[in-house]
Amino acid sequence: MRYTFCMALTDSEVQKLEEKAEAIRETIINMLVSAGSGHTAGPLDMTDVFTALYFHVLKHDPENPEWEERDRLILSNGHIAPVRYATMAHAGYFPVEECLTLRKFGTRLQGHPERLKLPGMETTSGPLGEGLSQGNGMAYAFRMNKKSNRVYVVMGDGEQDEGMVWEAVMWAGKNKLHNLTAIIDRNNIQIDGMTEDVMPLDSLRAKYEAFNWHVLEVDGHNLRQFIEAVDEAKAIYERPTVIIAHTIAGKGVPDIEFDYHWHGKPPTKEEGKRFLKEIRSMGGKVPHEYS
Amino acid sequence: MIRPDAKLKENLFEKDIEKKPTRDGFGLGTVEAGKVNKNVLVLCADLSESTRAEWFQKEFPDRFVQMGIAEQNMASTAAGFAAVGKIPFIASYAAFSPGRNYEQIRTTIALNEQPVKIGGMHAGVSVGPDGATHQMLEDIGLMRMLPNMVVINPADAEEARKAVAAAALTPDPTYIRFGRASTALFTTSETPFEIGKAQVLWESEKPLITLIATGSLVYQALLAARGLESDGIGSIVVNLHTIKPLDEATLLTVAKRTGRVVTVEEHQVAGGMGSAVAEYLSELYPVPLLRLGIRDQFGQSGEPDELIEHYGLSAPAILHATRDFTHARKPAHEKHSH
Repeated sequence: MRYTFCMALTDSEVQKLEEKAEAIRETIINMLVSAGSGHTAGPLDMTDVFTALYFHVLKHDPENPEWEERDRLILSNGHIAPVRYATMAHAGYFPVEECLTLRKFGTRLQGHPERLKLPGMETTSGPLGEGLSQGNGMAYAFRMNKKSNRVYVVMGDGEQDEGMVWEAVMWAGKNKLHNLTAIIDRNNIQIDGMTEDVMPLDSLRAKYEAFNWHVLEVDGHNLRQFIEAVDEAKAIYERPTVIIAHTIAGKGVPDIEFDYHWHGKPPTKEEGKRFLKEIRSMGGKVPHEYS
Repeated sequence: MIRPDAKLKENLFEKDIEKKPTRDGFGLGTVEAGKVNKNVLVLCADLSESTRAEWFQKEFPDRFVQMGIAEQNMASTAAGFAAVGKIPFIASYAAFSPGRNYEQIRTTIALNEQPVKIGGMHAGVSVGPDGATHQMLEDIGLMRMLPNMVVINPADAEEARKAVAAAALTPDPTYIRFGRASTALFTTSETPFEIGKAQVLWESEKPLITLIATGSLVYQALLAARGLESDGIGSIVVNLHTIKPLDEATLLTVAKRTGRVVTVEEHQVAGGMGSAVAEYLSELYPVPLLRLGIRDQFGQSGEPDELIEHYGLSAPAILHATRDFTHARKPAHEKHSH
């Protein structure tokens, strides 16, 4: 199936996406428990955004990951790879069962994503701050080639500490890369604590505006709002757009929401069981292997 | 004797030999590559005159990309261009690229296997008056340690032109090193050049030692070889322009033939070309080996010739060091034969 659509959502479409997001969160918890290491908070809080991207926004083809006309999705904060892997699996890039190979020897699902290991990954990432630059190069090249492919770059908020991000923000502003949309996961946490304690970022809006970007802020768990922002970005011709997606770290599992300690560790098997039960709006469903 | 098949300039050893900086080869080579392939781009971090990126800019203004003073962003933006089919050359001083942006090169170019071509200008102490901050002496080491990376250090401006044009045709991430100072233009358009193929430029009838040199010091090694010859010490001179992949076959041949080796480079001896040669030979065919280069220190201000002489890399310094080494150390095969 080739995904090429993007238009206003009906209520039933929103509901379908929400159901997808639930299934993806379940996969994320399963894969993290199985891996025994990795990041929990970011993947859970970006699940809604990735669901919207892969199931509504992106022009892409899971059966032909190298399709030339595809939009490019760059995951800059590579440590949240589980959400991308899980979403790609649910979109049909590979079997969902393969998600359980995350971080294991011989896997295509490396701890931090590698372009050459998994078709559709677009870039190799993990070291922070490098995704926007690569997205910039792609967006500029598409414009040179008079192509309409769009470029989406997902970044973390803590990642904004990296000086290189601002080199890239400056350059994208200078070059008016209207075919590029950045998405910042504004979950307010990073490894060592709350972002505003580690290195204050506010006002991200003012910072990006000062570099000639169009800035949108959305509730990162409201699919309709996020998709509308993506559509608005397409209508901005003079500037690149950044969507600051306000999210709740660890979203979906009340036990860990807002807790920065869950940035960089996985649930144990017992925690995994509990989390699966607790996932909001899952109605207490527990997959058989954990029951 | 100069090997005729090297097709070097005839007036090679005359004092008034034409001189040009190897960075001219970056300008000429990128323009040449740009004519062949419209996907060739040049990105520059606010140093377009001194890196010669402006030669490309004049010819192909739409394919020149100004990055500002931001080498990290330049490296990864180039990786993005490459991901969409472009062949980007990035130009800055070696101290900053690959000096400052090493990790961006490692992750987004080498590990990511994107065909970005990195031009590191103003390498070595021969930068001159700018001093130690700008005299990059660790770039060969940094780049040759990276999997997937090809490392080339051309011997003169003409070879640099060929190296740049050749690099544009490969899918490999590639580092090419250039110098600021004008140095002898001793190769010709006829001189063979192939990435990964070392050239024997000088071969005495009964060579006792091999000089393996890289970059503009290849010329100094040739001058030294001529001096050694008149002192009764025959030698072989190898131009090791490609440091990675190493031309192991040629190295093994010359090491077996002469049993003693001297390496010559404008780089730290730790991690540089001499290290690469030593690593290879010591595993397969150990020979007494002397590495001439910078020994665990930074450079300083001065005129290029003055600095090359100070650090023991001028032709007379190479000659003396090689003569002493030849007298002091027995060749490997003599030891082996007993």
